[in-house]
Amino acid sequence: MNTTRIAPVGALAFVLLGAASAAAAADAPPGAMSCSGCHPSGRGVDSTVPRLVGRNPADIVTAMQAFKSGQLPATVMDRIAKGFSEDEVKAIAAWYGAQKD
Amino acid sequence: MIAKRTNRREFLKAAAAGAAMLPLPAIAQGAAGRVVVVGGGFGGASCARFIKRLDPRVNVTLVEANPTFIACPFSNGVIVGLRDLKEQQFGYDKVGAEVTVTISAGTAVDAQGRTVTLANGTRLPYDRLVLSPGIDIRWDGLPGYTEAAAERMPHAWKAGEQTLLLRRQLEAMADGGTVIITAPANPFRCPPGPYERASLIAYYLKTKKPKSKLIILDAKDAFSKQGLFLGAWKALYPNLEWVSLSKGGKVTSVEPGDMTLVTEFGRHKADVANVIPPQKAARIAELAGVTDRSGWCPIDPVTFESKLQQNIHVIGDASIAGAMPKSAFSANAQAKVCAAAVAKLLSGGKPDEPKLINTCYSLVAPDYGISVANTYGPADGQIKDLGGGVSPADAPSASRQAEAIFANGWFKTIGAEVFG
Repeated sequence: MNTTRIAPVGALAFVLLGAASAAAAADAPPGAMSCSGCHPSGRGVDSTVPRLVGRNPADIVTAMQAFKSGQLPATVMDRIAKGFSEDEVKAIAAWYGAQKD
Repeated sequence: MIAKRTNRREFLKAAAAGAAMLPLPAIAQGAAGRVVVVGGGFGGASCARFIKRLDPRVNVTLVEANPTFIACPFSNGVIVGLRDLKEQQFGYDKVGAEVTVTISAGTAVDAQGRTVTLANGTRLPYDRLVLSPGIDIRWDGLPGYTEAAAERMPHAWKAGEQTLLLRRQLEAMADGGTVIITAPANPFRCPPGPYERASLIAYYLKTKKPKSKLIILDAKDAFSKQGLFLGAWKALYPNLEWVSLSKGGKVTSVEPGDMTLVTEFGRHKADVANVIPPQKAARIAELAGVTDRSGWCPIDPVTFESKLQQNIHVIGDASIAGAMPKSAFSANAQAKVCAAAVAKLLSGGKPDEPKLINTCYSLVAPDYGISVANTYGPADGQIKDLGGGVSPADAPSASRQAEAIFANGWFKTIGAEVFG
């Protein structure tokens, strides 16, 4: 795993606890756990907001940069993106990307 | 990271645990613990489940007085007939599959002995207690506004029978009637709530009883998403009048017998009166000794542990969470941060500095949504706003429609995360 922002402890916890518990991994990077208020964690939720679980981290980072710069039209994500640094976004993206259903 | 040289004793200890040389996370080696969570709403139910997921060996008990949770977000839609109360209801079957759920009210907390006593007589010992009890009405906060008065002038600020009572009153009112909503001073549950409610009642009157009018008597001069609400009202609801504090809007007493609301400047007679009264943290917080003179609960911004009692954490509406509003989204975000902190503390670890998000949607009309979205983090012992804001004032109608759709999606998502 070359995602530098995931601490070794977090990676190990992932292995130890298994995929089912990974959605609540102890070392979720700051802010990551808030996303699931709008982005469904599980499948089958009737919402137009996309899931983040298992998504390519690069796609999340690109989208967040575009939200922040205003290149990508948004309703709330432009405002939320402004509160996160690039490193924080990368960490959150890596964490979601590492999760599996 | 360069591993420090391991001495022989540490090596043997690690080898004995079958852990080879890997730095095992504390949760895999520390003692489990007992956590009691009181209050099964968007904060408490989430917190209980996430603690269990973070460390399955922790014994987690969720204590909740009611077998069915009735959600406040979107209950304004129920008041005006856009939704059924059933859509607000959630059970604890799925929560109960993960943690122990006890349906009984918490009646006492012994912070020194670390026990919670329940109405059913059970005494639950804890290592960490999480209180997510929501609000109580301050029945001594507005002269004349008693529990009996609330049967004539519903608050509908706890969803359920009060929500339906206000709905029935609106339905029974003749066209040409006057509806009055009173809004309290800060802080209170759901800062944009009174104004979303006013919007949807105005929508109901416009479509069903167009000769009627709606007045908001407000104890404030400023409120959440104010510019967006005022702009929308001007365009959509000419029969809605907002009376601010400085224009005499503060209600000083109510007289339910003749449906009158008294302000410093005069008397207002209503056909339907929705009194949103002053509030405080729910009673169990006071019993636990975690409320300050304000009636709310000061907390540490990293762990949500009470500043007044050790080993008791407070999340959601009852807490003083700095810049974070008292919303379901905030409670849910705080629940997950608190869960991570509690799991860390139980295993002797140090909780990480969190970052939190709040997003609150309000419906101005069924297809017209607006929002506030901010990020938060600890600074100077408080939770500070790190940036965000409200929907743009000049957004096109397609954007308002999209926000109404996202609002509905949010409710389904958070309902699924907390109770599904």
